[in-house]
Amino acid sequence: MPKREDIHRILIIGSGPIVIGQACEFDYSGTQACKSLREEGYEVILVNSNPATIMTDPGMAHRTYIEPLTWEVVAKIIEQERPDALLPTLGGQTGLNLAMDLHRHGVLEQFGVEMIGARPEVIEKAESRERFQEAMRRIGLEVCRGEVVDSLEKAREVLDQVGLPAVVRPSFTLGGTGSAVAYNRAEFDELVRRGLEQSPVHRVLIEESILGWKEFEMEVMRDGADNVVIICSIENLDPMGVHTGDSITVAPAQTLTDKEYQRMRDASIAVIREIGVETGGSNIQFAIDPRTGRMLVIEMNPRVSRSSALASKATGFPIAKIAAKLAVGYRLDELPNDITQKTVACFEPTIDYVVVKVPRFAFEKFPEADPTLTTQMKSVGETMAIGRTFKEALQKALRGLEVGAFGLGCDKTDLWDTPQRPSVDEIRARLATPNAQRIWYIRYALKAGMSVEQINELTGIDPWFLDHIAQIVELEEQLRQTSLGEISDEMFRRAKRYGFSDRQLAYLWDTSEFEVRRERKRRGIVPTYKAVDTCAAEFEAYTPYYYSTYEDEDEVPPKEPGERRVMILGGGPNRIGQGIEFDYCCCHASFALRELGIRSVMVNSNPETVSTDYDTSDLLFFEPLTTEDVLNIFDRVQPEGVIVQFGGQTPLNLARALATNGVPIVGTSVDTIEDAEDREKFQRLLASLGLRQPPSGIARTVEQARAVAQRIGYPVLVRPSFVLGGRAMEICYDQAQLTQFVKEAFAAAEGQGVLIDRFLEDATEVDVDAISDGQNTLIVGIMEHIEEAGVHSGDSACVIPPYSLPQPVIEEIRQATRALASAMQVRGLMNIQFAIKRENGMPTVYVLEVNPRASRTVPFVAKATGVPAAKIATKVMLGHSLQELGATEEVIPAHVSIKESVFPFIKFAGVDIVLGPEMRSTGEVMGMSERFSIAFFKAQLAAGVVLPREGNIFVSVADRTKPYIVDIARPLVEMGYHLYCTRGTARVLRQAGIPCTEIKKLQEGHPNLLDLLIDGKINLVINTPSGKGARTDEGRIRAAAVAHGVPCITTIPAAQAAVRAMQALREEEITVMALQDRYARI
Amino acid sequence: MPPRIAKLALEDGTVYTGRALGASGEVAGEVVFNTSMTGYQEILTDPSYRGQIVTMTYPQIGNYGVNRQDVESDRIYLAGFVIREYSRRASNYRSQLSLEEYLQQYGVVGICEIDTRALVRRIRIHGAMRGVLSTEDLDDRSLVEKAQASPGLVGRDLVREVMPREVQRWEEPLHPLAQATYMPAPYRSEEPLHVVAMNFGMKWNIARWLRQSGCRVTVVPGDMPAEEILQLDPDGIFLSNGPGDPEPVQYAIRTIGQLLGKRPIFGICLGHQLLSLACGARTFKLKFGHRGANQPVLNRDTGRVEITAQNHGFAVDADTLPEELEITHINLNDQTVEGVRHKQVPAFSVQYHPEASAGPHDSNYLFGEFVRLMEQYRKQGK
Repeated sequence: MPKREDIHRILIIGSGPIVIGQACEFDYSGTQACKSLREEGYEVILVNSNPATIMTDPGMAHRTYIEPLTWEVVAKIIEQERPDALLPTLGGQTGLNLAMDLHRHGVLEQFGVEMIGARPEVIEKAESRERFQEAMRRIGLEVCRGEVVDSLEKAREVLDQVGLPAVVRPSFTLGGTGSAVAYNRAEFDELVRRGLEQSPVHRVLIEESILGWKEFEMEVMRDGADNVVIICSIENLDPMGVHTGDSITVAPAQTLTDKEYQRMRDASIAVIREIGVETGGSNIQFAIDPRTGRMLVIEMNPRVSRSSALASKATGFPIAKIAAKLAVGYRLDELPNDITQKTVACFEPTIDYVVVKVPRFAFEKFPEADPTLTTQMKSVGETMAIGRTFKEALQKALRGLEVGAFGLGCDKTDLWDTPQRPSVDEIRARLATPNAQRIWYIRYALKAGMSVEQINELTGIDPWFLDHIAQIVELEEQLRQTSLGEISDEMFRRAKRYGFSDRQLAYLWDTSEFEVRRERKRRGIVPTYKAVDTCAAEFEAYTPYYYSTYEDEDEVPPKEPGERRVMILGGGPNRIGQGIEFDYCCCHASFALRELGIRSVMVNSNPETVSTDYDTSDLLFFEPLTTEDVLNIFDRVQPEGVIVQFGGQTPLNLARALATNGVPIVGTSVDTIEDAEDREKFQRLLASLGLRQPPSGIARTVEQARAVAQRIGYPVLVRPSFVLGGRAMEICYDQAQLTQFVKEAFAAAEGQGVLIDRFLEDATEVDVDAISDGQNTLIVGIMEHIEEAGVHSGDSACVIPPYSLPQPVIEEIRQATRALASAMQVRGLMNIQFAIKRENGMPTVYVLEVNPRASRTVPFVAKATGVPAAKIATKVMLGHSLQELGATEEVIPAHVSIKESVFPFIKFAGVDIVLGPEMRSTGEVMGMSERFSIAFFKAQLAAGVVLPREGNIFVSVADRTKPYIVDIARPLVEMGYHLYCTRGTARVLRQAGIPCTEIKKLQEGHPNLLDLLIDGKINLVINTPSGKGARTDEGRIRAAAVAHGVPCITTIPAAQAAVRAMQALREEEITVMALQDRYARI
Repeated sequence: MPPRIAKLALEDGTVYTGRALGASGEVAGEVVFNTSMTGYQEILTDPSYRGQIVTMTYPQIGNYGVNRQDVESDRIYLAGFVIREYSRRASNYRSQLSLEEYLQQYGVVGICEIDTRALVRRIRIHGAMRGVLSTEDLDDRSLVEKAQASPGLVGRDLVREVMPREVQRWEEPLHPLAQATYMPAPYRSEEPLHVVAMNFGMKWNIARWLRQSGCRVTVVPGDMPAEEILQLDPDGIFLSNGPGDPEPVQYAIRTIGQLLGKRPIFGICLGHQLLSLACGARTFKLKFGHRGANQPVLNRDTGRVEITAQNHGFAVDADTLPEELEITHINLNDQTVEGVRHKQVPAFSVQYHPEASAGPHDSNYLFGEFVRLMEQYRKQGK
């Protein structure tokens, strides 16, 4: 069957902001789908609320909508664009749910839009636990015993059948939100209550627990002619009980005989047929009892998933691209295998290496959250490593995780040789309860003399994995017995083949990484690069996708005469503060290099990303981003330079070491980058340019910190240098607070000292992104923050163009930007943060920070203005002037674009949501409109904050913000909202003649606010904090609002903007407009 | 104790030095590779690997040990075993023995810790080569000379080396793990059909599948003459897989020629080549063969693609097919012949392995087709 000619316009729904459970992988799949359908001649209409994606680049789809992902909004897009078909399977759970909403509300039927890939009945069958289980039983597959219930009473009845421990899973939630295991009846009741609330259909599944069983996943594809192939099998190192997104996973499956593997393959094929996914990819999870081999089907995702992205990167098979082609009618055997070119896509990849994925967590950002790993996903990112053995891949993955580890122990994070060496009791505890550190505790356990059997008993981790870890530890012990001078070549090579990094060897031999490197190279022990080719070398591969290993043969093509190569360092695993925005920049750098005729060499370890797609760059190295790994690639590919500006803090941290080792850094020099971080040099620079900075000082002890604070005056902002994302940053209003927080800051700063600045209260923060070529500076965007200074710039909403700043202030900001760019000799992107504080009635401009590199806001600015900033910057870095590139005019769009941040609080029950200098958001959305108020409403809606059109609003504000509350409350009452207030706020409002109902504080008995929240009587909470933390009353209120899905506004400026939005909505309906049309108007 | 060294030398002069695995000794054979990620035990015991040194492309081998059930014959048949890393610990609820012990038990020489991908690429580029694997002679030049002097496969009758002499009634059932109730089962006969399987080095799973399809199975040596076979009163005759070059196996080709039209015939792998030869086609040696569990085969009747298990170094030449044979299956990777059917008499065969083991079960319907053919034949009266 060739492609369908009866459809012409296809709508693709993206997955929205990056949240836990849905990350860059859906940008990757959506981008592939757009490209794949375009090349078939279809017109692609795309909607996604996330501006930081490659898929929303105006060139990817024909019509691109950055609009909120609600069925009402998408219905408007459908009405406007009239697509023939909707492809719902590439935008994660969000895309699938939205497509189902459009179906249920009759929108698809009304406009004659056909769902391709998976029909609504199929999605319902796969997603509804009851119907899925029924279907599985029908085909003779075993499923977990259990039942879906809609009340606590019924849940208790089911519990009597399945027994404790029991699993509670809310229906239709994202990333398994709310799923957990109950060990006792009290816990069970609590989980059921919460699950019922979180489930959009108010139902939960109660299941027998299969904790400790082996967990497997199969990635399956099917075409319209019923050809089914398995793309990849995945075995989880962490057994059942830990969400697969939080598990260390390995591809392919390691411990199945062929008989068992084929049984699982048969089952997978039977499942996809029975559920009826007509075309595309699905992911099916299995559990196997390690004692008996009994196999259960756990669940199926009838769409491209995170695991599909992993499977694509693990095998080289482009699942999303092929899924898109199958959806328009092609058969698998009609499509070529891009990698081999000569064979077809209808086959099962076979690999000759081992892939290990390790999740990255962010518990340090949420100290109040429970760090136990459960069936609810908590990780924020992941890294993947490829090696020829599990040992090699595991150690590479652990150093690719960028948590200070350079493999399995033997680095500065290693507690074994320190006074903090964990006791056997501690080790046992850390093994028995799944947690983010468990992999390192397996090593401690082995070193403490525990056997593989004992560890298996405590963890349920298969002895196969444990024995390979034991082999690493055994070699470590042998390595400890020798030294860099004495080690034999054979053992040195073995250490490298076991994945030991030079850094670990340096630790073991008490020398430096570079001594190890020098000696290693002298002995000719260097990595070889092998291709990822889908076929274990049976056919020649034409895609240049490589990984390192220590073997005989290297497959990287030699540099051709006249060939120019430039290397781009990616951002590594997603984490809070560093995510898709930087991947967007790296991809653009690669695109720009291609336009310049230069071969791009991408290095990254994040399997979710577009940057690690096999056709984004000319050469792709799937490798950890460490000095050693990057230098090795540099030695091999000999690029003329390396770009470190675009991958966030990860490559910047490597820049000095790379430069010292003779690697040319493209663009702004390493000296400049470092000087910007050096407080004293930076202060002198600002002074010489006549720019203002808040008074500040550096402290290395608690006493020094107190002295500095005394001198500059409270409140003060405390932060460690060289850390992205505001880690351990805090505002302190008095000495007690200061003492507490500097201790944390010293811990995070790792000996670097702590910066203490005067905190500019109530100042307006402004972000500027600019590109400089050394002569001229192009201002790409001036963003005014909505939240006041003190809220991390990555967490606050911001607006292009500025909405409240007077023209002279904006002009002053422009001039300061140009002066800084020129004085610092910036070549490429830079980001400056300003604070505007009214002093004696006059706005005064302060410079807070300058970062001569790509910032998180680059994609947002690019989408708001249509200026491809990262591409221009790349070309500038390679010697082209802004003049030559025709990029000299600042673009000030006629529309308003607002970026809003998205937070993971729903995943961390009970955590206080107040914004501060420590960044905690995982993603962003954008709202666009001619009017500020509508753009703000859209941004909120896209972020999942539904501002109510009527109903009750709870208002309780801290004393220092009480003066502003009257002007917020009055219009609310005028619009007909009813206000509930606590005593102090109520008094202020009554004095101003605004009616409100006073309610009790939590400790004053019932009914208090919590009761109203739980009963669903409150539609919006406006609460500015006077104290912070989950233990305070207000902290509990805010956490409860999150838990009950009630929007909660915690700053005055956000409340003011919300009021404007609520007013505007009474005047007009929101409309949608494609980016292509907006840019045409600029 | 320092690890034992082993060397693998190829006829082109390449020598790989690694660690010895299994028995000590020295073997010569054709060096080939298999891309299956699971199923090393089935591969080890497949008699078709006679005379070959088999390289597994998947680098971690031995992971799930060895058990008494997952065997395709009574012992290990391949000449030597080449892997990247051996797993000293086996982890599987069915494991009874380690791979190393298994190799030792059957005196099989193996090598690990070499760059198997480099070896595979060499074979892919230059073709399957003769080689010598040794733990005794560690002199590179001597080993290369031995490799060059070794006989190779072409023109040799390896079937005689693996063919059992006795006639045997097959009793062992299909393994429960292979009887997926959630997949449509192949057609099964209610009549007591009798199949005589000509054994050229048959994988046991074929006999298990024939039994599963409702047949009584008598396994006979591959050199049994046609009259003796017919005296056993079969409803159908099965031609098994087996090692090496089909052309020297003239006795079997002759016998098949005599049986054609007398009873329904079904052939697998070498059996397919022998049937084609008996009908007048020619075979040729592939550059490096098909060995693995992911080969896509198009069924021309249905238009569907089957993912198949394969193990063959020779193939039927499509250009030499006689008029009476039609191509039913083709390989989507290289367009070679994967299945033929006789237009006049009830006989068909496939180059790949519908019995799987190791490999996918996509093609087990072929056993059902054989059964249908036998039923029809029976209805029409012998």
